[in-house]
Amino acid sequence: MRVLPFGPGALLAEYDSLAEVMSVDEVLRESNLAGIDEIIPAARTVLVTFGHVDRAALHELLVPGAAAARVEGPLVEIPVVYDGADLAEVADATGLSIEQVVDTHSSIVYSAAFLGFTPGWAYLVGLPPSLQLPRRKTPRTAVPAGSVAIANEFTGVYPTLSPGGWHLLGHTDVQMFDVDREKPALVLAGDRVRFVPA
Amino acid sequence: MIEVLNPGIGSSFQDLGRPGLAHLGVGHSGAADRPSHRLANRLLGNDESAATIETCGGLSLRLQQAATIVVTGAQGVIDVRSGRAMAVNNVGDLPAGAEFTVRAPDEGLRYYVAVRGGFDVEPVLGSRSFDTLAALGPRLGAGDRIAIGPDPRTPMSTEWGFHRQHNTVIHVSDGPRYDWFTTEAWTLLTTQPYVVSPSGNRVGARLTGPALERVAIRELLSEGLVEGAIQVPPDGQPIVMLADHPVTGGYPVIAVVAPEDIASVAQARPGTVLRFRHSGG
Repeated sequence: MRVLPFGPGALLAEYDSLAEVMSVDEVLRESNLAGIDEIIPAARTVLVTFGHVDRAALHELLVPGAAAARVEGPLVEIPVVYDGADLAEVADATGLSIEQVVDTHSSIVYSAAFLGFTPGWAYLVGLPPSLQLPRRKTPRTAVPAGSVAIANEFTGVYPTLSPGGWHLLGHTDVQMFDVDREKPALVLAGDRVRFVPA
Repeated sequence: MIEVLNPGIGSSFQDLGRPGLAHLGVGHSGAADRPSHRLANRLLGNDESAATIETCGGLSLRLQQAATIVVTGAQGVIDVRSGRAMAVNNVGDLPAGAEFTVRAPDEGLRYYVAVRGGFDVEPVLGSRSFDTLAALGPRLGAGDRIAIGPDPRTPMSTEWGFHRQHNTVIHVSDGPRYDWFTTEAWTLLTTQPYVVSPSGNRVGARLTGPALERVAIRELLSEGLVEGAIQVPPDGQPIVMLADHPVTGGYPVIAVVAPEDIASVAQARPGTVLRFRHSGG
């Protein structure tokens, strides 16, 4: 773990694995340490923003302990039409057939590690190494809302039309984020997610 | 009610934003120049969290009832029809039927137009700010009729509407990825002029100047961002994150603007020459 500077009101803690990030995120949230404003976990980092905070106590909480098993959230099923623009390319790059890509992607129960980038963007983990590819060399300037995609160790669904560099496998009509719902984000950190071929 | 005759350029409702929702992927948003937003509300006796309209000029409003108005932030001319003349930072009582337009600023970039009682638009996730990146929050458009909130029943502020000078010397401290850059990049950033580009917005102020070169050529996994973070994309031209920055970003952050200088960056119009100074940390 390394603690990196981020101005007078924040710090960035960097870890070796997503598992460490998730366990520290949980410990920080449960600590209710006075003065913490936001906790923003990401792939290998946790950003903490704060006002007047006990810096020593905060640093202690940032040390990754034994990875406590996270309490599992509810299972969210997302219907997907596997018609993505990058299916053939993904099959090529992974050495799988298109059917195998679809079967593999839809057979796993993923876990939402964290939300980031824009509202409702849940980073789902559980992708097997056979489907892990780096982001596209050239990102698309516009990826349609509802696109189901993979990149590195993650899979996820684009909540809104946005630029993006992930590989597109298919699309869903489900709204990932809707302020008119009681629970605006369809998937929260800790939830389990399965993609169901529609 | 207040009728929007013309929303003008870059206009949106803003307040103090929606902190604490990063776990939903929802950013902070809020007024880009928070001190000017707060000042407008204080001058009117409003709570500092009352909604104002942030605008880069051209905003034209017609009062359907008498109202007390103030404009803060940028410096420029306010044209008033059927009412007493108004000036920036001076509270004005306007009668029903009055119309006013804030012209393109002569100095600075963003005005804050406020009404005693606040603009009573529907909050979204606890805030009346429009987040331009997430397209989240109440929208402002021509022909809208905006309700005015209840009179706060507070005394009006006696604070004099002073002229707030925006700095062009911006203090920065080390960012989390300063060691991804050459030592020359640090020297360039803190000694050379960087010019505000016209392509900036509420998400970030884009700057043009000597390219900041990296020593580490690898892909950064996205990580959390704060307002004031200076991200450097592969072209080496820095971007200062402003109110509507994404919750996480994928470019390394070389430095972080001191919180007290963020409003100055938000008010720096295209062509402004900024100079960064290292303030330790």
